[in-house]
Amino acid sequence: MKHAVNPPGLASIDAITAALAEVGYISTRQISTALYLAHHLRKPVLIEGPAGVGKTDLAVSVAKALGFALLRLQCYEGLDDSKALYEWKYGKQLLYTQILKEKIGHLVDASDSLQGAFGKLAGFQDLFFSRDFLEPRPLLQAMEQPGGSVLLIDEVDKSEESFEALLLEVLADYQVTIPEIGTIRAQVPPLVVLTSNNTRELGDALKRRCLHLHIGFPNAGLERRVLRARVPDIAELLLGQLVSFVQSLREENIRKAPSIAESVDWARTLLLLHAQVLDESLVRDTLNVLLKRESDIQEMQGRLAALTQAALAEPNAAQPIGAY
Amino acid sequence: MDASLAGFVRALRVAGAQASTAEAIDAARAMALVGFGDRDSLKASLGVVLAKSVEEKIIHDRVFDLYYSLPEAPDDPDEDRPQDSASQDETASERTGDAEVDALLDLAEGQQGRDALDAALRRAAGQAGVDDIRFSSQTSFFVRKILAGMGIAPLEARLLERLGQASAEAQAEAKTLGAARDLLQRQARALVEQRFELFGRPATENFMTEVAVRRPLGRMGPPDIDRMKVAVARMAKRLAAKHSQRRRIRLHGQLDFRRTLRANAGLDGVPVNLSFKHKRRDKPRLVVICDVSSSVAAHVRFLLLFLYALHGTVTDLRSFGFSHRLQDVAAPLETMPFDDAMELILREVGGGATDYGRAWVDLRDQHWDCIDRRTTVLVLGDGRSNQTDPRLDIFAELTERAKRVVWLCNEPPVRWGSGDSCMLQYRPLCTHVTHCASAADLERAIDEALQAYS
Repeated sequence: MKHAVNPPGLASIDAITAALAEVGYISTRQISTALYLAHHLRKPVLIEGPAGVGKTDLAVSVAKALGFALLRLQCYEGLDDSKALYEWKYGKQLLYTQILKEKIGHLVDASDSLQGAFGKLAGFQDLFFSRDFLEPRPLLQAMEQPGGSVLLIDEVDKSEESFEALLLEVLADYQVTIPEIGTIRAQVPPLVVLTSNNTRELGDALKRRCLHLHIGFPNAGLERRVLRARVPDIAELLLGQLVSFVQSLREENIRKAPSIAESVDWARTLLLLHAQVLDESLVRDTLNVLLKRESDIQEMQGRLAALTQAALAEPNAAQPIGAY
Repeated sequence: MDASLAGFVRALRVAGAQASTAEAIDAARAMALVGFGDRDSLKASLGVVLAKSVEEKIIHDRVFDLYYSLPEAPDDPDEDRPQDSASQDETASERTGDAEVDALLDLAEGQQGRDALDAALRRAAGQAGVDDIRFSSQTSFFVRKILAGMGIAPLEARLLERLGQASAEAQAEAKTLGAARDLLQRQARALVEQRFELFGRPATENFMTEVAVRRPLGRMGPPDIDRMKVAVARMAKRLAAKHSQRRRIRLHGQLDFRRTLRANAGLDGVPVNLSFKHKRRDKPRLVVICDVSSSVAAHVRFLLLFLYALHGTVTDLRSFGFSHRLQDVAAPLETMPFDDAMELILREVGGGATDYGRAWVDLRDQHWDCIDRRTTVLVLGDGRSNQTDPRLDIFAELTERAKRVVWLCNEPPVRWGSGDSCMLQYRPLCTHVTHCASAADLERAIDEALQAYS
């Protein structure tokens, strides 16, 4: 590694928390520690957790907070190296050979022996397989950022096992080998963030190379802070009731518990409806923002009254957020 | 590398979280970076580096709290332990004159502070090999070994000698010596007990679980069931990891024309690098039919436990229970905790007299559409149908319709066909019939059943 970029935002664990808070991402100690170690140990971070708890958002926020370029690679079944690493610009290569046909003809004509013509042509091979004809894809782009970058490899569990193997070289040495050109090393090693929803178990080889961060559902205090940061206009009273309702809803026996993304959406919805306090009919009308499965909504219909009452009765629901 | 970290990694492995050497090295680097200043940060750092799944995180946090804490010896209320400075001044004057004994007294009475005592205890524990403890009955042995390592022999000899003398002075000294000895012993015992929690108990548990897995299901006691929950969850996870992935198999000879063209565009369309078409392998589809009648009562708990674990891991799984009538039991197994689900199933489905013929009729009438040529049907039961019509015709139709029918019978082959057992009649129709006596057998049989998809 030539030189590492050490932005002040990565100087300590607390600095990371503060930098993230500035861009509206409420970090926990777990999260900040993982990022701190990722930068200083030069290791990728694998983030697992349910959908909608801010895994992808973390990478985006880190890039924003540190002023790094964000390069995003969305994984899907069938993703291969030509989409992830690099590809040759075939069209451009063909076009250039066509345009340069005459020129090449002249050059070859000038030499009188076969040997000489061959020698001249040999030089062009490198010309066509040079950087000018290379289309860098996210992994290679991340290696080439001079000012540091955040490389987000999103939903890596959606890709196939063969793709994990491809990642190993990139993540272990921060280099990409292109047979025609050579090995390209990262100017500044990127901060790599991988996310996974755990639809399949990732390979051990990949897991062992990464730091592992699990982001679960937030507790009440954290959820309030996140909502306050994301929906600043919401009234204190409503916020408290909303949080305690969502918290107790997660305890219920439902298939897809609402995550923080759903809470934020719900808070925005309630704000839009000019709600001052929760009431049962309001909850009933807007429940589809929180629960995304018809069976869950049906299941909860009978429990809404009790849950709403409990949320309204919550003693600390009405209290303003203290210093944390 | 910090010596304590090596022990910590070992404790993690014993507790069931796999931490590799490379990760231990990373942990050492993380430790050097974060330092010991802030306990929470250290815990978070080690958790991020060493634990690579949610289950491992839970194990990690528990082991961290246990490992990086001082073993707390219970305070003896009757004992006037020299802990504040006043009593220290008092006791410090009563020295015996024997250098070795005095050194121990100093240590025990906190003259050099708690840390010195802990360091000495840990050093002696290291020499005694306390980390190798396996059974709680070894505690006293190791306590003794630690004390011997710290050189308690001269102190005890002196204590015995003084106890034998009647003078008040001798009795006072004996009291001091005795108190110091008790204190050391308590501290050593607390340390050994902590080490047992870290290294011994998990190892013993793993061993007992291994034993339980091989034990015949009929002879399972209630404590085994708890142990089996752990083992079965592990088994189901292993099976799922092995079989749940959809694989692509290359079909040699069938050219994927589009892919080949694209791959060779740079070579002016000359097909140098060939791409072949792939065939997708199906994910396993399982239909499990489980006999929950009273004739298999001893096995039912376990079979249901296994079904329960499978539901957490295999995605395409239908399960039915029957004694008389067949019922879909997927819903309780998926949504309820195991004990509740089992109680519900036994109440709703179990209890009646077994009737295999009736179960096949129900399966055909109500759930025939969930069986197709990609399905493996797994039957768990003894094949004892209470002299009713076994409905071999429907069973034959079932075996025609499904990809495979595997029967796991809990009775040994010698008893097949005896009394009301219809196993010998069913056997020729099944793809595979196997005697399944222990959890290990069950895992192997299901592994084989799922193998058909790869």
